[in-house]
Amino acid sequence: MEQKLKTDFDKFISTSNFSNQEIKLKKEALDNFLKNGFPSRKLENWKFSDIKQIIQKNIGELTFYNDYNIKNEINDEIFIKEIEHNKIVIVNGKVERLSFEHEESDKINLTTLDNFNQNPNDDNSLLSLNNSFSNKIYNILVKKNYSFKKPIIIYQITNEKVSNTNINFQLNLDLEENSSIKIINLSDDNSEKNFINNLFNFNLGKNAILKNYKIDKKSNTNIKYDYSSITQKENSISETFIFSSGSDYIKNEVSCNLEGQYSSAFINGIHLLSKNKLHEIRTNTNHSYENTKSYQLIKSVIDDSSKSVYQGKIYVDSKAQKTDGYQLSKAVLLNEQAEFNAKPELEIYADDVKCSHGSASGSLDDNSIFYLMSRGLNQTTAKELLINGFLLDVVEKITDDEIKKLLKNMIGLN
Amino acid sequence: MRDKQIEDLKDYKYGFSTDIESFKAPKGLNEDVIRFISNIKKEPDWLLQWRLKAFERLKVLKEPNWQKPKYPKIDYQDLYYYSAPKSFKEKPKNLEDLDPRLLETYKKLGIPLQEQKRLNGIAVDAVFDSVSVATTFKDTLTEKGIIFCSISEAIQKHPDLVKKYLGSVIPITDHFFATLNSAVFTDGSFVYIPPNVKCPMELSTYFRINASDTGQFERTLIIADKGSYVSYLEGCTAPMRDENQLHAANVELIALDDAEIKYSTVQNWYPGDKDGKGGIYNFVTKRGLCKGKNSKISWTQVETGSAITWKYPSCILKGNNSIGEFYSIAITNNHQKADTGTKMIHLGKNTKSKIISKGISAGKSDMTYRGLVDISKNAFNSTNYTQCDSLLMGNKCGAHTVPYIKNKNSNSNIAHEATTSKISEDQLHYCQQRGLNQEEAVGLIVNGFCKEVLQQLPMEFAVEAQKLVGISLEGSVG
Repeated sequence: MEQKLKTDFDKFISTSNFSNQEIKLKKEALDNFLKNGFPSRKLENWKFSDIKQIIQKNIGELTFYNDYNIKNEINDEIFIKEIEHNKIVIVNGKVERLSFEHEESDKINLTTLDNFNQNPNDDNSLLSLNNSFSNKIYNILVKKNYSFKKPIIIYQITNEKVSNTNINFQLNLDLEENSSIKIINLSDDNSEKNFINNLFNFNLGKNAILKNYKIDKKSNTNIKYDYSSITQKENSISETFIFSSGSDYIKNEVSCNLEGQYSSAFINGIHLLSKNKLHEIRTNTNHSYENTKSYQLIKSVIDDSSKSVYQGKIYVDSKAQKTDGYQLSKAVLLNEQAEFNAKPELEIYADDVKCSHGSASGSLDDNSIFYLMSRGLNQTTAKELLINGFLLDVVEKITDDEIKKLLKNMIGLN
Repeated sequence: MRDKQIEDLKDYKYGFSTDIESFKAPKGLNEDVIRFISNIKKEPDWLLQWRLKAFERLKVLKEPNWQKPKYPKIDYQDLYYYSAPKSFKEKPKNLEDLDPRLLETYKKLGIPLQEQKRLNGIAVDAVFDSVSVATTFKDTLTEKGIIFCSISEAIQKHPDLVKKYLGSVIPITDHFFATLNSAVFTDGSFVYIPPNVKCPMELSTYFRINASDTGQFERTLIIADKGSYVSYLEGCTAPMRDENQLHAANVELIALDDAEIKYSTVQNWYPGDKDGKGGIYNFVTKRGLCKGKNSKISWTQVETGSAITWKYPSCILKGNNSIGEFYSIAITNNHQKADTGTKMIHLGKNTKSKIISKGISAGKSDMTYRGLVDISKNAFNSTNYTQCDSLLMGNKCGAHTVPYIKNKNSNSNIAHEATTSKISEDQLHYCQQRGLNQEEAVGLIVNGFCKEVLQQLPMEFAVEAQKLVGISLEGSVG
């Protein structure tokens, strides 16, 4: 693999026009990745889903060279018609369209990043892989006091034309003071057996609001790793919603750093799994300042021989007095082969805090099914109704009504 | 060099019978030392081979380092693996020779004078109460067919039982410290309860003569045969000023069909001084096997001592309808560190487990609850309930919860809850308003916080444990 990485990297650099600075950073990132390789079960974070093995088993040898010079066509039919929105269209890891047609252009600053975050101390080598092979990184800066009028929908598309098996993509978003944005990240996978590695960096200024909804619904055989890093200043709010169901494997990782007073982070997620899938959500909330708040609610419905994993960590620094942290994960196992693993973790160094977590897993309640059946429903409908209610709880946490309605329709929960 | 060591050992072998008081095996860990220990104890060959096998395995194993409390590297070649019981000559002659702080603690705990003497190994004459008491108890036990003796004695007298069960729960191929223990264990307790016998009293090392100097590598084996019941108390409620740095004991429990074992520990070893100097490393492996159907194993622990506590009393629920329970209070103060919890491994059908863990950290200490609940594919209709609560006093200490939850059976339910908080101002205020001083108020509230676990302890233990909770937290408020 090492040889392949190197030759693909050279080919990639020679066919793109990166600045010297970028090439230097990309080389460093590659070296870092070569040193560490793909993460495996030996690392605590990957205990429940060994991505190295999963890639080997499902894809085999990866190829990394992505020709970003190819122009991909966009079929307008895929766009959501129910709501007006701004569009970012990414095809096979390349940004093909960025249109903020509903916004005031002077309030948004769109640039490419020359200097990207290297995470040298992070034991997460996939970020290095992303840094070395992703195309030019766009940085969207939302200026002070500006609120996006319409949400952005990021269409993340893969198609059969993709030549490489590993796709890397990275996006940066800076929210200045008092600004706000809503993002829907929609996956539309038409390729097979790719390893898709996404990295999103969000920086929230004072009073900024980020609402981020990630939807993976279309059934596909891809393996995905999705990392969102959210840094929050005073009074800022971040809301993340994850619906993960379609891909064969996904690990969604959300890392929130609460660095200002009264900042709060909400992460809610749904795993709706059937066949033989393995999905993981890992959340990491760092409370490093006083009076911060975080809330996580993760619910899984697992059928057939699928597996769902939730790893959540709340870290409270000794400075972060008056922290309010809450974490709840619940799972319903529908089949004998199904499996649910959880590791809800609290690491607390301040005494005046209120932190708790709960985790429960089991089968659907027989009494509830009986109750519904005695009211004339057949067993299948009764089960569906119960699962619906179970998951709706998470969807109802979405604070934007328009998007909530859209997502409810999209997911099929009413 | 090696020849010389063997030569030395030979000398010791002969020296043993004459010079019992100054007797120690040479420093270091090697095959010869193991042969030496086995020889001294006149062990049968199978046990020696068993020890050597463990030692072979130990060479391959690495010391684990994933735990939260880190400690300086232990030089295993610099330890004595065998030392004969200290003679009375070395021991303090009377209570006046003891550390006054120790006496102070005894007073607070309300331990009778005779018992105080015994706890410190002060020479007592033959009519000393507890000796005669112990013999009376022994008679009752023998009558019922209960075997309660040191493991060395059991190896001699009941080799079949020992051979059958030793290492059946903690195999010699287990983790580093357990395997180390298998190779070099020196003594410990052995209990066998025959079928359908309900042990009439709580068994405790206290009643067994010669129990206090079992050293740093203890091995305890408790077997409850079909339909029997036993409650076993371990440790001592007074602070042991133990000079040993490392304690790597193994405890194995085996419950056959319809049997029940209740194992309670109150651990109050030397925690080091206020600046975190000294103290015991308590790295103990405790594991219970519910082998038969309808069996039950229940662990109760109150951990207030030791510089570092690193242990996970576990239950393997193999028999159908078996039950595992774990009740724990862990208190850390000053620079103490604890990484403790349990493992509940559900293998049989209709198995149930319950975990109640209460952690209290004060001063500059660090406390971690780490636990595993694993419900395997065939463990139909199993349930687990876990509750772990932590209480923090001050912002220089830490409290962490790291549960691992694995559910592979759709007919089984797991529920886990954890909270972390501090003592509420309202509660403190209320207590102080009614005339308690701050320390008393904290003690009262903490005892309430721990109540669920304290209730599980046998009566006489519970009273002392309650006082101990208060003493452990002295100086942590205000």
